Amino acid sequence: MNLIVAKEHFSENVVMLEIEAPRIAKSRRAGHFVIVRVGEKGERIPLTIAGSNLEKGTITLVAQRVGVSSSKLTDLNVGDYVTDVVGPLGQATKIEKQEGAVLCCGGGVGVAPLLPIIQAHKAAGNRVISVLAARTKDLIILEDEVRKSSDEVIIMTDDGSYGEKGVVTVGMEKAIESEKISEAVVIGPPIMMKFAALCTKKYNVPTVVSLNTVMVDGTGMCGACRVTVGGKTKFVCVDGPEFDAHQVDFDEMLKRMGGYKAQEAEAFERYKACK
Amino acid sequence: MDNSISRDAAWREEIRKSMSPKDRMAIERVKMTEVEPNIRNKSYIEVNQGLTAEQALLEAKRCLDCPNPACMTGCPVEINIPTFIKNIERGEILEAARVIKNTSTLPAVCGRVCPQEKQCESKCIHTKTGKPAVAIGYLERFTADYERNSGKMAIPEVAPANGKKVAVVGSGPAGLTCAGEMAKLGYDVTVFEALHEIGGVLKYGIPEFRLPNSIVEVEIDNLRKMGVKFEPDFIVGKTATMNELREEGFKAFFVASGAGLPRFMGIPGENAIGIMSSNEYLTRVNLMHAADQEFDTPVFFGKNVVVVGGGNTAMDSVRTAKRLGADHVYLVYRRSMDEMPARKEEIKHAQEEGIEFMLLHNPIEYIADEKGHVKQVILQVMELGEPDERGRRSPVAVEGKTVTLDTDMVVVSVGVSPNPLIPNAHPDLKTTQKGTLEATDELQTTVEDVFAGGDIVRGGATVILAMGDGRKAAANMHKYLQSK
Repeated sequence: MNLIVAKEHFSENVVMLEIEAPRIAKSRRAGHFVIVRVGEKGERIPLTIAGSNLEKGTITLVAQRVGVSSSKLTDLNVGDYVTDVVGPLGQATKIEKQEGAVLCCGGGVGVAPLLPIIQAHKAAGNRVISVLAARTKDLIILEDEVRKSSDEVIIMTDDGSYGEKGVVTVGMEKAIESEKISEAVVIGPPIMMKFAALCTKKYNVPTVVSLNTVMVDGTGMCGACRVTVGGKTKFVCVDGPEFDAHQVDFDEMLKRMGGYKAQEAEAFERYKACK
Repeated sequence: MDNSISRDAAWREEIRKSMSPKDRMAIERVKMTEVEPNIRNKSYIEVNQGLTAEQALLEAKRCLDCPNPACMTGCPVEINIPTFIKNIERGEILEAARVIKNTSTLPAVCGRVCPQEKQCESKCIHTKTGKPAVAIGYLERFTADYERNSGKMAIPEVAPANGKKVAVVGSGPAGLTCAGEMAKLGYDVTVFEALHEIGGVLKYGIPEFRLPNSIVEVEIDNLRKMGVKFEPDFIVGKTATMNELREEGFKAFFVASGAGLPRFMGIPGENAIGIMSSNEYLTRVNLMHAADQEFDTPVFFGKNVVVVGGGNTAMDSVRTAKRLGADHVYLVYRRSMDEMPARKEEIKHAQEEGIEFMLLHNPIEYIADEKGHVKQVILQVMELGEPDERGRRSPVAVEGKTVTLDTDMVVVSVGVSPNPLIPNAHPDLKTTQKGTLEATDELQTTVEDVFAGGDIVRGGATVILAMGDGRKAAANMHKYLQSK
């Protein structure tokens, strides 16, 4: 049982929760995720850690309401408990001093797990260019925090309501064409990561993506999260969640992530009807 | 009452003399009452219904109370088998339970899932004369169930607290056994479990119809009463390392983290939607209650289900799929019935429940529909070739002969590999080529205060062997801590 000590709405459906988890706060590194479960009948869902506060012994999670489980989590309030929080899981991000700049690209709520990676690269002395992309202005999150640890920030919105109009790759190309980029890190919806990977491949920029596939246990036991990377089957939970973007079979991953779509949609309708 | 466990005790001699060995040998082995196949394959009800008191008493009489009981040499946790059985015969069932619990932490579990036919019962004197063994497993279960239902469940005696903290990593059969043994010796035991529920494979793996969760829960509660602490949602090596726990005062560790990683076959199309490991399938259904609409975790309800493999987990998977409403459930195994590693009882139950066995077949490719969901499997027809080093005949492909089967769900149950999480986080723990933890005969790893047992050392075995390891590791850990 983990107490929620702070909650903030980034937008109607995107919520930040600060949760007591002193051990995880201490042992987590950039790139790690946790598995959370809300209620005794709840599902185990993976969420990448967006930050931690060692003094308070808390971790920060950002979740977007898309179905039953994410709604149950985002409906919780300060003073409520998350039934289970376990982690930190997965491999931490490899942070090395780079010659050129590091291009950090976040789409939608993907900016939340990207933030610790931006901060870690900055702390390692790297020049950081961040690209934040979303459908519209309201969905751009954590901009101030990203700015604090970035040398340059490019904002892209699909509708042009904020920053520049266009998809994430437009901003990425602008950065790649203007200076030497040693590495790109991309976190966001699978389809965004797929096109971002195609973009950096064109320019031969080594790229890392953080995958958020379906999981049950999150410790390597079930294999629900498997993806094909470089022709080999990998488990996102123990081998990842970060992989070489140019090796990931995104089409297979997109299909697999939709495996339970029909059941999930049905369950969400029932959930909303009950509320 | 005389509660001596000596074979020479007066009560025991009296019981022995009350019936001649010849008469004892003439009694037929008891038959377990089972729920009708066509009823049970639509429900989670426990298949084996247990023995009645009359049945148990009669079966206990079959035991000759041998002077050198061979059955005990077949028991990894060294249960004093004749003593508990003779206590049943004299009607002292609670005393029988006490005898079992002297050495076994989980009697109600073992009485259900232990492969007694390969352990104690295989050594029974009756088998030497070509007769079926005394039903030791059934009697163990009867005793444990009787005690539980009596409301007079005894908690094993615990030595005065010695204030020494020890950690058990993993709450499956090995971990629970070690925890119980260490608690009895007076240690301050904490069991760390990665999942949100305690019990490991007993909860996520073995289905309700073979081992009801409520029974596992009672055994765990007993450990709690003995002072064992449980920390779910805690991954040693991730949430905190062993070094951090050492700093918090833990003096020794028992690693029993199980054989976590499911194996896949690496054949084309295996990552299609609807193809999953038996670990995933059983965890969704058993631990997450996915088949119950009240719970949030989803699961596929396949209509034509293919399960690949021939072990107990494969049997659990086929029988679960049948219970979730499949029209056809195929068990695809590359060898023949004789080589199947599953317990005979499980195979028999699966057959009775309408599982269709496709022996000497092996999947070589899966075909998916336009959405990426599996729709067909291509099976290679096999035949048996030469025996391998273990004497098991190897399957060989029959050139050019394949069968294509329509399917909408596949469960791959071809074994597991050790979970690398613990060794990865603690590089000083050496592993074997197979990835299992290196351990001595005393179950000590390459780090002196770390012991290990169960599947993380064995690479995939049974509940009872894991329990045997837990018991042995506890004895050696105790010896180690006393020498400090």
